[in-house]
Amino acid sequence: MISHPTSAELMDSVIRFIEERVSPQLKDRDAFHARVAVNALAAIKREMAGGAAAEAAQVERLIELLGHDGDWAELNSELCTKIREGRLSPTDPALLAHFKASIIDQVRIDQPNYAGLKALEQGST
Amino acid sequence: MSDLEQALSALAPTLDAGARSIVNLRRLSGGASQETWAFETDSGAPLILRRKPPSATGSGNAVPLATEAALIQAATRAGAPVPKVLAVSPPDSEIGEAYVMGRLEGETLGKRIARDPPFAGVRPGLAAQCGKALAAIHSIPLEGLPELATSSALTELEKYESVYRGAGAERPIFEAAIRYLRDRAPQLDAPVLVHGDFRNGNIMVHPEQGLTGVLDWELAHLGDPAEDLGWICTRSWRFGGGKPVGGFGDYADLLEAYEAAGGKPVSLQRVLYWEMLGSLKWGCMCLTMYLAYATGSDPSVERAMIGRRTSETEIDLVALLEAAA
Repeated sequence: MISHPTSAELMDSVIRFIEERVSPQLKDRDAFHARVAVNALAAIKREMAGGAAAEAAQVERLIELLGHDGDWAELNSELCTKIREGRLSPTDPALLAHFKASIIDQVRIDQPNYAGLKALEQGST
Repeated sequence: MSDLEQALSALAPTLDAGARSIVNLRRLSGGASQETWAFETDSGAPLILRRKPPSATGSGNAVPLATEAALIQAATRAGAPVPKVLAVSPPDSEIGEAYVMGRLEGETLGKRIARDPPFAGVRPGLAAQCGKALAAIHSIPLEGLPELATSSALTELEKYESVYRGAGAERPIFEAAIRYLRDRAPQLDAPVLVHGDFRNGNIMVHPEQGLTGVLDWELAHLGDPAEDLGWICTRSWRFGGGKPVGGFGDYADLLEAYEAAGGKPVSLQRVLYWEMLGSLKWGCMCLTMYLAYATGSDPSVERAMIGRRTSETEIDLVALLEAAA
């Protein structure tokens, strides 16, 4: 919606500022935290780009899995209760398919370089 | 000369024959509950001091340093590769609650051990060395050990379930893992001394000798031997290495060496159970660290961001549940 700059451009400019201008001046714990800050901004950027679509897809699957409408928080909470109370088996194939699709989306946002992501993606395609 | 340097110098003759003082004292790391210092004697012996800071806040599950020292000494007697404990300092001493041990040569950074070229030569034998070391640790007679908590699979599971519930998060993958693990929790038949944090990152690995030391004993307790075997296989500790044991070895190498060194046979299924519990445990620990941010006790970006590593453990849990289904 807002452009010139877009939020993604702003985020990139901050990341570049930290990496090129700030980090070289820092040592030890601060240098480490600057790297973490860059990772955090990159995750926010990915979430802004793909978070809404991932949530919408998750809601669609939850509606299918639970058999009724609702928003993400209600449906997710109901799913937790059903598993906790033993009304849905932790190895139920439909549940695992939902988990797999949801967690692949989430790790693509949170930690796209995590080895476990590639392992699960390869198993699914 | 600092007070600590002076107090350590007084110990020098007991740390190395012929030593009269210590030099080059430097702090390596320190949290709220534990400090690590490196130094040498004037005769050149490389040493490590582990000390509880005077105003320690303590860490929930950690054993006292004197217990840690006693366990390392017991591990030495059992033939496990550990640093040599040279002096133990009581809480009311000038140094404070602490112990001094020999400094081993090698690497502890998990990523380097799992992936870097200098360790390529020792990686093929490392899982077997780990199995052998664990067999020795698990063979330590319990009589005469300091007091330790006993923890079964179910008590470990309940401990981390309550961490998760306390965090107020609703994570269906955690719910499924908890349910799965609760329904299959193995009985604790014959508790052994469990290291409690045996993973890539807490072992010293030398580029020619391989495993030279098992470090970080503060989470030791009595429990299921498969807990230690499963924790080093937990996916969070593979550091991008392609193999299940610490990123560097195969299950069979670990388990066969464990058995060959006198360890009671442990099934792969039981290891995988603890591996799944390990992922859940690390996921809950990530949540706990994030809570330090959320409650304001440590408002750093690092504590905030580590909450976003919880999903790594969830993707591993899904892979394990899928394999088990």
